[in-house]
Amino acid sequence: MLRRFLSWLDDRSGLITATRHVLEHPVPPRTGWWYVFGSATFIAFVLQVATGIALASSYVPSSGQAYESLKFITEQALLGRLLRGMHFFGASAMVLLIGIHVSRTFLMGAFKYPRELNWLTGAVLLLLTLALAFTGQLLRWDQNAVWSVIVGAAQAGRMPIVGPDIARFILAGDTIGGATLSRFFAFHVFFIPAIVFAFVGLHLVLVLRHGISERPRKGDRVDPATYRADYAAMLQGEGVPFWPDAAWRDVVFGAAVVATIVLLAVVFGPPALDKPPDPSILEAYPRPDWYFLWYFAVLALTPHSLENFIIVAGPLVFGAVLLLLPLANRGSRSVRDRPLAAVLVVFIWTVILAFWVAGQRADWSPNFEVPSLPASVVGSTDSTVVAGARLFHEKGCEYCHAIDGYGGKRGPDLSDVRSRMPPDQIGARITNGSVNMPAFAKTLTPDQVNMLVAFLATRGRSSSRQ
Amino acid sequence: MEPGTPSDLTPSRRRFLSRLSFALSGFIGAVATVPVIGYLLSPLTRKQPRVWRPVGPVDSFTIGQTVNVVFEDASPLPWAGVTARTAAWLRRDDREKFTAFTVHCTHLGCPVRWVADAQLFLCPCHGGVYYSDGTVSAGPPPRTLPQYPVRVHNGQVEILTSPIPIV
Repeated sequence: MLRRFLSWLDDRSGLITATRHVLEHPVPPRTGWWYVFGSATFIAFVLQVATGIALASSYVPSSGQAYESLKFITEQALLGRLLRGMHFFGASAMVLLIGIHVSRTFLMGAFKYPRELNWLTGAVLLLLTLALAFTGQLLRWDQNAVWSVIVGAAQAGRMPIVGPDIARFILAGDTIGGATLSRFFAFHVFFIPAIVFAFVGLHLVLVLRHGISERPRKGDRVDPATYRADYAAMLQGEGVPFWPDAAWRDVVFGAAVVATIVLLAVVFGPPALDKPPDPSILEAYPRPDWYFLWYFAVLALTPHSLENFIIVAGPLVFGAVLLLLPLANRGSRSVRDRPLAAVLVVFIWTVILAFWVAGQRADWSPNFEVPSLPASVVGSTDSTVVAGARLFHEKGCEYCHAIDGYGGKRGPDLSDVRSRMPPDQIGARITNGSVNMPAFAKTLTPDQVNMLVAFLATRGRSSSRQ
Repeated sequence: MEPGTPSDLTPSRRRFLSRLSFALSGFIGAVATVPVIGYLLSPLTRKQPRVWRPVGPVDSFTIGQTVNVVFEDASPLPWAGVTARTAAWLRRDDREKFTAFTVHCTHLGCPVRWVADAQLFLCPCHGGVYYSDGTVSAGPPPRTLPQYPVRVHNGQVEILTSPIPIV
């Protein structure tokens, strides 16, 4: 009965034959675990679509109400907390996995002839994934999201000529307002995913058309004149059916990814909501989600003279490199013949990681929450020194300068300043400022400067401070 | 149609019909996209009005002090909620004169905070610092902190709503 139904279905639709064709098509042997990251990215995307649909069914994409609906989803809706968590960690997984997949295909030279378009469609998918990540962070419409939109618009505004228009396009007007969020919602939920679906389809058609790239071997050079015939002969000789010989690894790894996402969502939950999306609340610490934290650090640490260039040219150069890479479509695919490729990948991941760590610490931000220095740190009962220590906190010195672990890291640590600088120089520095240090001549009376100097003069290992 | 399949149309008629079909497909595509693109780009063409918003009676501000004032955007959409609010740093310079600074750091738009004791504006994002007159004293900001037009009208301090200063 079932068999007759299936054979009828296949006769009328052709679906079963087509599916079997795809599943059983021969693939190169011994592809191994390095080949699982593309399918895992796709599985993460499918999970995003599913959890996204659920969230969209109660999320209110209105600048004035989204925040309340997020609170409802997180605190009251059945499974809401889990779904928000899964959507966040699913997004994180997608960004991470597509990063690994791009690195893998680059290292194995899989972008070379005849798979140039596989690479280009993949490059588009990488950019779309980052666009989804950015717009998705904004849909968590809290204070941080509002300031992220403004920071994004300010960056776009640096572009010559069209910058201000792009900034207005992002804000949907002169300022943040009622129009801002619903547009991001439409892009995040309809427009970008629709393009992702189209490109995933194209990407998969191309994978089937050209076959999965075989493991590269040292010394093997890609020659367009012979590659296709060699590849066909290799499949004929030692090819294995995709299902289940190769596919089982995709499924096992994909299941592990899904399990990890669920586990993280259960254990950590979704990212906490910041204060409400009120642009007039100025107690804010705008920070991007982890996947863009490294770029936040780049923007803090680049020399000011290069900044416009990096904000504008950086993304353009990145895009151009992705698009132009397939021009190098000949030669050996093996990374052992392309040491520069390996160096480049290690370099990029190291730089991103280093900036990420810097972004996590954000030493360049003044620390507004520092407590005043405890008496044990002041270590003196001299009234001038004690008054100086109090001024050190009150006048904001401590926001940027630390003493014995108390204070910000924006400026130099002053725990030992006495051994670097004589008191008269300390006074001059406070009064006149210096590179990256404000001058306090108008803010502090000469008496106050003297008290600060008296206090700072006790900061040194060589001093009499016990 | 497979290539080479005999056609019962004359060559000129075939050419005409295929051109017609291309043109009409283009028409369908244009109808589906042009209004949508125009709609999405509408923030670029829409001229937003600027209005004077009162932020408090003159006498509620102390001479020499800089405080945070909040006002509503010029023409907020009904569903804008709290996002229709904008803040500014307002200082009463003397009996009649007020200065209103934007809260947006000129580096990347983050909200600067006035630290009264230090007489500085500090930015929490990348560490920009401005003196009390808005000039840059440290960090990445490329420009002086912009000001809003401000006036005294019928005993009220009023600020002119303005776009977020970007470049």
